[in-house]
Amino acid sequence: MTINVYDNIVCPFCGCLCDDLKAIISDGKIIDVKNACIYGLTKFLNYSIERSITPVIQGNNGRDNVDLKTAVDRAAHILVKSKYPLLYGWSCTSCEAQRVGLELAEEIGGVIDNTSSVCHGPSTEALQDIGESTCTLGEIKSRADLIIYWGSNPLQSHMRHLSRYTIGAEGRFRKMRDDRTMVVIDVRNTYTARVADFFYQVEPNSDYELISALRLALRDEEVEQDEVAGLSKDEIYDLVNMMMRCDFGVVFFGLGLTMSLGANRNIDAALSLVRDLNMRTKFLIMPMRGHFNVAGADVVFTWQTGYPFAVDFSRGYPYYNPGDTSAIDILLRGECDASLIVASDPVATFPAEASKRLVSNPLICIDPHLSITAEAANVAIPSNFVGIESAGTAYRMDTIPLPLKKIVDPPEGCSSDVEILEMILHRVRELKR
Amino acid sequence: MDLLIVNGVVYDPVNGINGDRMDIAVHDGKIVEQVNRSQAKVIDASNMLVMPGGVDIHSHIAGPKVNVGRLLRPEDHAEDSEVKGLFTRSGVGGSVPSTFTTGYRYARMGYTTVMEPATPPIKTRHTHDELNDTPIIDKACYILFGNNWFAFEYLKDNRIKDCAAYVSWMIDALKGYAIKVVNPGGVEAWGWGANVRGIDDPVPNFDVTPREIIRGLCKVNDLLGLPHSVHLHTNNLGKPGNYQTTLDTMRCVEDLSDSDPILHITHCQFSSFRGDDWSNVTSAAPEISDYINKHRHISLDMGQIIFADTTTMTADGPHEYTLHRISGNKWVNLDIEAETGGGVVPYTYKPKSYVNSIQWTIGLELALMIDDPWKIMLSTDHPNAGPFVEYPSIMSWLISKHARQNSLGDVNKKTPRRSHLTDLDRELSLAELVVMTRCAPSKALGLTEKGHLGAGADADIAIFDIDPTRVDPSKEYLKYDRTFRRAAYTVKDGVVVARNGEITARHSGKTLWVKSGLSQEALSSLKDELRERFEEYYTVQLDNYPIEESCLTKSKPVPARSNL
Repeated sequence: MTINVYDNIVCPFCGCLCDDLKAIISDGKIIDVKNACIYGLTKFLNYSIERSITPVIQGNNGRDNVDLKTAVDRAAHILVKSKYPLLYGWSCTSCEAQRVGLELAEEIGGVIDNTSSVCHGPSTEALQDIGESTCTLGEIKSRADLIIYWGSNPLQSHMRHLSRYTIGAEGRFRKMRDDRTMVVIDVRNTYTARVADFFYQVEPNSDYELISALRLALRDEEVEQDEVAGLSKDEIYDLVNMMMRCDFGVVFFGLGLTMSLGANRNIDAALSLVRDLNMRTKFLIMPMRGHFNVAGADVVFTWQTGYPFAVDFSRGYPYYNPGDTSAIDILLRGECDASLIVASDPVATFPAEASKRLVSNPLICIDPHLSITAEAANVAIPSNFVGIESAGTAYRMDTIPLPLKKIVDPPEGCSSDVEILEMILHRVRELKR
Repeated sequence: MDLLIVNGVVYDPVNGINGDRMDIAVHDGKIVEQVNRSQAKVIDASNMLVMPGGVDIHSHIAGPKVNVGRLLRPEDHAEDSEVKGLFTRSGVGGSVPSTFTTGYRYARMGYTTVMEPATPPIKTRHTHDELNDTPIIDKACYILFGNNWFAFEYLKDNRIKDCAAYVSWMIDALKGYAIKVVNPGGVEAWGWGANVRGIDDPVPNFDVTPREIIRGLCKVNDLLGLPHSVHLHTNNLGKPGNYQTTLDTMRCVEDLSDSDPILHITHCQFSSFRGDDWSNVTSAAPEISDYINKHRHISLDMGQIIFADTTTMTADGPHEYTLHRISGNKWVNLDIEAETGGGVVPYTYKPKSYVNSIQWTIGLELALMIDDPWKIMLSTDHPNAGPFVEYPSIMSWLISKHARQNSLGDVNKKTPRRSHLTDLDRELSLAELVVMTRCAPSKALGLTEKGHLGAGADADIAIFDIDPTRVDPSKEYLKYDRTFRRAAYTVKDGVVVARNGEITARHSGKTLWVKSGLSQEALSSLKDELRERFEEYYTVQLDNYPIEESCLTKSKPVPARSNL
């Protein structure tokens, strides 16, 4: 029995992208992982349960197992024939795969969109209106004395966020838990709220009102109502005073703020509040990005096309208009006539009407998981797990890039997303000649 | 295939060739004495201007803040798109073009080498990812050190040799090319929302001054024998009266060299303001150029203003906040743990604005009042003072007084009276222009195979369809302006990559970086020391910090002349 130990492994689960994991491998199998949270550990130990390694295509008499070359050929034919294909997903794969995906989308004149479209897309649209005062997570660890989680429950979503980057972290200028104040603003008393110093329970769908009241108070103007969004006037002034009097404050916001009533308008207001706070003290803000490389998808899309998601190549050049060129809108309008889904499961997660459109047209899925989308696909190509079975690059929620590593061999014949996409691109170019 | 460029009007000042009609031969990507004409592709350059490919010493083309500039401004791209072509990927333009478009637009202008001047160390993997996707041109990036905690601690204790070992490892590990310093100490202070006020103002919590940082890093640079000097964005940049800080800065390293430049003051226009506030700001170009004319230890680039809508971006976080407060425009702040900061603010330079038009005169005054074109290079600090595609405007202002007078007619009425530009009769010769845009940056960067057309040089060549023996630069400057926007031929590594504005080949340029000369022992003792504090300062592991050479599409390591 040979035991190998790999240090400093980057965890391909959430946007925290913890890079201090230690993996213990015995005879080519992961037997233990140290330092990971329960999500990371579960992924490393159980990733190969319930997976398929054989490409499948929908034939006349049901689904047939085929070799990779046949599946790639079928996928390429579908894409070349399509007038307006949609290439969606991308947040659970490497930047290298995203690069090939963009080239493929350009080659076939399709729309490419990533899962930001249905999570922090409105946060990005707000950034494009207001800007954003932000930083890397190490700045928080070193300096922050006021940490606010708003509409976010990291103890259940980004489990090591608190211990690595905020209240549990030992930084240069903040050594102890007592050096920092933690505030949670949420519609319910979450696990995270229970470890906070202050918890403000806001009424559902009224974050915008609360932020507006805070901005008024910050500008020394009178909040006229006795109660706003479920908070008393005193609580609002206490909160704003806490913000103004800290030396270094930060707001981490989650989908509770981005996807509640108001969406990008909520984030507009939050970004403006943080910007205005910089007239009084140092204040920063950061979205709690979910999937391990969704931040990378935005970054790669932007450097190649100028736009972070919802990029339409049908004109021969990148065109961006979220609400028009975003995945769900295209599906609901019935415009898209074929889809390629990479590292995502939209058939399971999109609104029912959009899912129906996905499956009623030719559907290609590249994913290591046996997802609902893979089950429904006309061509399903299983790939290997990036960050476990193949290497690549991913961007943390604060857009620090980190190297994902290969620590075990993939099953025989199971290629990476990059290799599969490159084969499809190559075949598409042959067919177009 | 060999290449022969025949009968061009050649400007190659390094080799003493100024407008002579001659042939240039290319074999295997290099310029050679001669090739067999019958087996070479021949370019007839009769009545055309031939010069080395352009070398840009300072242009923000790749990396995290550049990409935030793209992200922040969909409105900047919407009207300016590049359609996918036979040899090209699609993209967008505007003041911060996408990566592919950046490479093509430089190539179309006859530029073949571009330096990304400020990468936050911990995000340098991102910078290389983008440089890999920037086609045709050769490129490199400068690593930010001016607000680095490890550097502060070494320099505070005057541990120059240890600091040099650290810098050497960093540049090697991150595949960087030079030491960049931005508002030394001030950006660390901005971590708390503050700034430093001058070169002797100590950095909060670190007991070190900007003077000590600048001097220390110049000594480090010298010890390591890096190919470029320390590349500095001064303290107090963009503030009225800041020329005093600039003079203090240049004086503070006077004793460290009496021959070659040891300090490069970048986008000097932004650091050459007289006056107490914005209402009475005027040009300090006379004071700065007087100093430069009398000393040899400094080189500069212009940071010339273009009247346009653009996107400012710098590691100088407090400066961007000031710009946001002045302009009311949207603002991104990007503080980077233990290393640096950054900001992005859109900004429009308007000719009718008194301050903007004074800024416009300062850049040109510096270029015209500094006698030696080897000391001041052409730049706009792209995209800060204007997008690089507007370099031809600057070239025409430099070669023609008429061009300047024409533009002076459009600026704020107070400006001509209060500026020195109206009195300047100097018109740069084409040879001097070639020096400013090719030879001087190559020399300052230690790129011995660039910036000239002698045998052994890289075959990076720009050919423009204009005959300088017939077209007078002074009077017919508009023709030069038009011509310089679109090279008749751009040759990169011996390949014709652009022809009359069309990209004609798929070509990847090289990424240059400086290989460390550290011994294994020195390296392991350095790492032992770093490891102790790395965990406290950072949120990534030391072992995940370096970038493998295999991450560069086309790597070209350059050895340092290390004296360590």
